[in-house]
Amino acid sequence: MFKIRGTRALAVVVAAVSVTALTACGAKTGDSGTSTTAGAVVDTSGPTVKVGLLNSLSGTMAISEVTVRDSLKLAIDEINASGGVLGKQIEPVSEDGASDWPTFAEKAQKLISQDKVAAVFGCWTSASRKAVKPVFEKNKALLFYPVQYEGLEESPYIFYTGATTNQQIVPALDYLKAQGKTSLYLVGSDYVFPRTANKIIKAYATANGMKVLGEDYAPLGSTEFSTIVNKVKASGASAVFNTLNGDSNVAFFKEYKSAGLTAAAMPVVSVSIAEEEVKSIGTQYLADQLTAWNYYQTTAGAANDKFVKAYKAKYGADKPTSDPMEAAYTSVYLWKAMVEKAGSFDVEKVKAAADAGGITYAAPEGLVTVDGPSQHVYKTARIGKIGPDGLIKEVWSSGQPIKPDPYLKDYSWATGLA
Amino acid sequence: MTLVLSQLFTGISIGAVLLLIALGLSLTFGQMNVINMAHGEFIMAGAYTVYVLQQVITSAGASLIVALPIAFAVAGAMGVLLEFLLIRRLYGRPLDTLLVTWGVALILQQAARDIFGAPNVQTRAPDLLTGSIHLPGGLVIASSRVFILVLALTAVAALTLVLKTTSLGRRIRAVVQNRDLAAVSGLATGRVDRLTFFIGSGLAGIAGVALTLIGPIGPAMGTNIIVNAFLVVVVGGIGQLKGTVIVAFALGILQSMVEYTTTVSVASVIVFIVIVAFLQWRPQGLFTLRTRSLA
Repeated sequence: MFKIRGTRALAVVVAAVSVTALTACGAKTGDSGTSTTAGAVVDTSGPTVKVGLLNSLSGTMAISEVTVRDSLKLAIDEINASGGVLGKQIEPVSEDGASDWPTFAEKAQKLISQDKVAAVFGCWTSASRKAVKPVFEKNKALLFYPVQYEGLEESPYIFYTGATTNQQIVPALDYLKAQGKTSLYLVGSDYVFPRTANKIIKAYATANGMKVLGEDYAPLGSTEFSTIVNKVKASGASAVFNTLNGDSNVAFFKEYKSAGLTAAAMPVVSVSIAEEEVKSIGTQYLADQLTAWNYYQTTAGAANDKFVKAYKAKYGADKPTSDPMEAAYTSVYLWKAMVEKAGSFDVEKVKAAADAGGITYAAPEGLVTVDGPSQHVYKTARIGKIGPDGLIKEVWSSGQPIKPDPYLKDYSWATGLA
Repeated sequence: MTLVLSQLFTGISIGAVLLLIALGLSLTFGQMNVINMAHGEFIMAGAYTVYVLQQVITSAGASLIVALPIAFAVAGAMGVLLEFLLIRRLYGRPLDTLLVTWGVALILQQAARDIFGAPNVQTRAPDLLTGSIHLPGGLVIASSRVFILVLALTAVAALTLVLKTTSLGRRIRAVVQNRDLAAVSGLATGRVDRLTFFIGSGLAGIAGVALTLIGPIGPAMGTNIIVNAFLVVVVGGIGQLKGTVIVAFALGILQSMVEYTTTVSVASVIVFIVIVAFLQWRPQGLFTLRTRSLA
């Protein structure tokens, strides 16, 4: 009676755990069910107009996406307090994507056909964006996507208010080159963004006489980095380019410091660590390491002072503001500007108004302009250094907003990447 | 040569982490046959104990030392509570135990999220444990890893001592080897079970303290750990401490050596293939307990 066969018990355990893993990953994407092809109908009959907020409020991505939802709500509240859009108050409908990509597609469809929203704001991971893209295209509805991503994409129904590669990764490489770094080691999580980003980095390195001494991918959620850090150390690279995401960053930086590697000798440039992540990794491990973004809480300017103050007043003094939050906040104001220029909530008219150019907003990161043809946004690239107080200080900036170039058409070394 | 040595140490240190997280489980799962899916959350409780203590004790070193016994007590108490309220009613029903403890694991994760917030929390490590030790021959090893190795070996030694030399240990072994006979001989098997569960869960708390030095501390940390812990115990052989020790180090070294020449994902696949092949050959694990029981 008291001898269960070990293997059988293990099989049960493994089966149970893989069920959770599977539901988290999601096997299918983009099945949006039946829908009309005539275009989304925006309900403007009442005194309010609805917009959708589509973020993961549960699951592994909730940590990051809840902050985006919060700053979207802040922007909506501010706009409502100052009279709304075209005389209508904005009514946000919040849906939980649950860190599960098919759920994102399902909820997007619900927001479009049931709530008849004028636009949807949200998504974080590239996987969730890829899952909802066909839904928005089929229904001819609008999505505003607020996170930096790997580029090589343009959808007529998506506005990208985060950075594309030539506004974040390429300037970061330019900065490293200017600092005299001649060799790189690439460390990333194993999914679409890091792999695409590293393809671009390798093309850049070849063209600019930099050496890529190694490239390693860890599964998302992996927390054992001793071997990777050993490899990084043995390579003797002059800098590390880090595209790890989530919990892995904590383990990576703890191991990095333990191995005796320092920001002075071998700096790490990260593209997924913002103020919120710094808080949970610990400045003990991150001090003086570099980040590449378009906005920091410390970015100078009256618009940012106002944003930071309003955010802290609404959500708590200890809550930092970060790049994706700022891009989300800005996206609501950009949509407002488009609607007002179009004089209508109708999706095609709003799009036409934006694509004609001239949509600008004095955002916390500085003046942003929507690039009509690509539906991306001009953004200033900023390299930051993590301080002992957990805030990130700008050490270099491109000085002026960079024109978005999602397919890197203006870079000769990038031919063949798309 | 230095590289091989340094990878060997990396493997040993991965093994030490595996050993520490599996040690408690080798008692509750290995000795008592309770599939406790909440074991990972007991580890999480240990890690959060460090976080809570650091709100009170400012010295990182002192808080870490104080955290060890307190985390043992906290996780142990949670284990006893779980055993007393649920598991004790489900002995001999492994599948029900699995589902129930999994439910408890989800509840504990959500509780951690509500109490400490969804984002990871940070703890401070004493300076002594964030640096590295330089050995002759250019070998550099992380001091946190040395600490974990020493902690793991100490825990194994202490546990062995308790099992082999104390009357409590004798009682635990008696109940494991033949529950009915132990009961007939006048042992209060229920009380022995609870004590075993206390020690096993307490060891999870200790593992949690150690993990704050190398990994993230958050509500989801337990789920990432639990599979590896079960793996080590099953391959090591149910009810065998020495199996757990040997397998933890063997898997750690295998993982680090293969990973160095390939990638993390390939290394994990190879480790799993080796495990599956091994279990085909020895389904009962590395060591088995030989008894005259007919069960």
